[in-house]
Amino acid sequence: MAKLKDLALKPERLTGGHRLCPGCGVPHVARLALRCTDDHLVVGASTGCLEVSTTIYPYSAWKCSFIHNAFENVAATVSGVEAAYRALKKRGAVKENFKFIAFGGDGGTYDIGLQSLSGAMERGHNMVYICYDNEAYQNTGNQRSSSTPMGSNTTTTPVGSESYGRVGKRKDLTAIMAAHHIPYVAQAGAHNWKDLSRKFERALEVEGPAFINVLTPCVPGWKYDGKNTINISRLAAETCFWPSYEIDHGKWKLNFFPKEKKPVEEFLKTQGRFRHLFRPESRHVIDLLQQEVDEYWERLLFLCGKSDKAPQAAK
Amino acid sequence: MPELLALTGNEAVAHAMRQINPDVVAVYPITPQTSMMQKFADFKADGLVDCELVLVESEHSAMSATVGSQAAGARSMTATAACGLALMWEILGIASAYRLPIVMPVVNRDLSGPINIQGDHSDTMGARDCGWIHLFSENAQEAYENTIQAIRIAEHHNVLTPAMVCLDGFIISHGVENVTIYDDAAVQKFIGEYNPAYMLLDAAKPMTLGALDFSDFYFEHKVKQLDGINASPQIILDVGKEFKQTFDGEECYDFFELYQMEDAEYAVVSMGSTAATARMVVDELRDKGIKAGALKLRVYRPFPSAEIAQALSKLKGLIVMDRAIAYGGMGGPVNIDIRCAMYGINTTPMTLNYIYGLGGKPIEPEHILSAFDELLYAVKTGKPKRAIGYLNLKEDYDPATV
Ligand SMILES: Cc1ncc(C[n+]2csc(CCOP(=O)(O)OP(=O)(O)O)c2C)c(N)n1
Ligand code: SF4
Ligand SMILES: [Mg+2]
Repeated sequence: MAKLKDLALKPERLTGGHRLCPGCGVPHVARLALRCTDDHLVVGASTGCLEVSTTIYPYSAWKCSFIHNAFENVAATVSGVEAAYRALKKRGAVKENFKFIAFGGDGGTYDIGLQSLSGAMERGHNMVYICYDNEAYQNTGNQRSSSTPMGSNTTTTPVGSESYGRVGKRKDLTAIMAAHHIPYVAQAGAHNWKDLSRKFERALEVEGPAFINVLTPCVPGWKYDGKNTINISRLAAETCFWPSYEIDHGKWKLNFFPKEKKPVEEFLKTQGRFRHLFRPESRHVIDLLQQEVDEYWERLLFLCGKSDKAPQAAK
Repeated sequence: MPELLALTGNEAVAHAMRQINPDVVAVYPITPQTSMMQKFADFKADGLVDCELVLVESEHSAMSATVGSQAAGARSMTATAACGLALMWEILGIASAYRLPIVMPVVNRDLSGPINIQGDHSDTMGARDCGWIHLFSENAQEAYENTIQAIRIAEHHNVLTPAMVCLDGFIISHGVENVTIYDDAAVQKFIGEYNPAYMLLDAAKPMTLGALDFSDFYFEHKVKQLDGINASPQIILDVGKEFKQTFDGEECYDFFELYQMEDAEYAVVSMGSTAATARMVVDELRDKGIKAGALKLRVYRPFPSAEIAQALSKLKGLIVMDRAIAYGGMGGPVNIDIRCAMYGINTTPMTLNYIYGLGGKPIEPEHILSAFDELLYAVKTGKPKRAIGYLNLKEDYDPATV
């Protein structure tokens, strides 16, 4: 595993000067991923914050080759690039070694791009798909996606006299990807460079497809002061709202076990999108969220061999 | 050595693809294209091509992966029909805007709904303004030859524009014809190597493709995109001429093919397999002493407006055959294009538009003959019974008879 000093000395392949918000959780995750291989890279991104903010014509923040095709098809697009690589390598038209990374937001991954992702993973392309999950369609102004947590105040699930925000549970995309039985699947948070870089390195080194789901807090969408991005991501891990784990060749492994599992409230209260939940009439939603988190955590402990208690069927 | 084989249109195009041997081919089934890619998969299974097959989960991904692989620097193809093309629609415009010379056979079929799997031109007509070149084929031989030529046309450094090779669903795709398959080595020599100037897999020259283009540049880039398709007419003619010389070919290598047009007073314009039926009708009319002629349109995009206007300008009467409806527009799409092309020339012939063959409804000589009857009457009286008609439509559904 690379040391922080070594990583810092790696060439910068996503340069500064892009227009992602100050404090955005996405760019340092992307920069770290690009440092986790010495091979050449082709990067793809789905339409969304990362893409629009890094390639405003006539500028590009990408030092490696980069392709944006559309919103829902970054997996298929990069799968095509990877197939081209195999073909050109075979006939000697490309000599160098390349790796392939597709970035997609939660909207472009959990929702509109799920089919494209599923297909690319099932076909076995040697590529890494990184979902940067900021829990809503942020580029278009914080609309709800299937990753948006219960109770979140978004622009399509606004809080009102008849609404406490997003109703229902988040989709468990990481488990869906695990069900593809690809070589490597992982979940991680933006706060932990060590955990992240180890996972990126592993994903880039395995033969075949790899998928990593990274929680990346969003300043205007989640409504907090930009200096708190890392703390909020850490709280997501400490409350088990966003556990860190991996499935390496079928083996589930928990990567972070909090000494003391904090109540989910600790995470919720840092962000304006959940502020309304602390009103007396909405407190039951916090309980529901806590229950969702607890059930998920229990299931995860079982799958990772940390508990003998078989998970209950979800209610 | 060229070989004369009994092949369906789909098999003939699959042979063209075998000879082209692209680096990457994305595969997805849809009637009536399915048997084309099945045949190509056979070639791959038997080691006759060494390309990478990407067995995608949808046509949207087929076009997306093809964009990725072509941008990466690989000669890439896919094929589709109907709903599959409609599903690709968003990405068709991206492929052309990125100036990726993808060649895609499209087996023309109607669009749903209601669902129907037979042939008409509604699918590619829906993609008419996506910035692709559209070549129509009259038979399996032309579909085969158009596919080969399309590679040269699309990849020409002044063109760099994707191309669709259109062939009528079932009539061409599944009908068995005698097809001359030219010598593999000769076809490969004709096509040559693909050497893109820019590619994602150029380690020394990384590139960004698909940047966000605001209003300061978007319009400029869209107008710049026209350079490619505007340069294509000359290249289409050059490549056609070279093809004819190289292979001693006998098909249409021009924008359109004229039949009995030198002294024609009345003519019919059609695309695809119907052109053969139209020529039969012309022969029959000529036997009766009527000076009829036919124009078969091969290049639908870029539309050869000036040439068409010139070819049709001396006529008294004209029939435009459309295998699609432009809902809320003036009849069918070919009609609209032809009328636009003719507008402003000194002598515009009496022009009648006939929609036909939707959802695979047969088109027979008698139907085109009936259109000529109406045309002759309209020219004689100066008053057409109808400007837009429907051929072989049940009477109780036809606005003209209801
Ligand atoms: C087919 C299509 N539908 C909708 C859009 C509009 N759109 C562009 S980006 C975006 C939101 C992206 O959300 P996400 O994938 O979560 O990425 P983020 O913006 O949060 O980074 C939407 C809805 C589009 N570009 N294309
Ligand atoms: S809106 Fe959110 S995700 Fe988008 S750039 Fe700003 S902080 Fe990042
Ligand atoms: Mg998002």
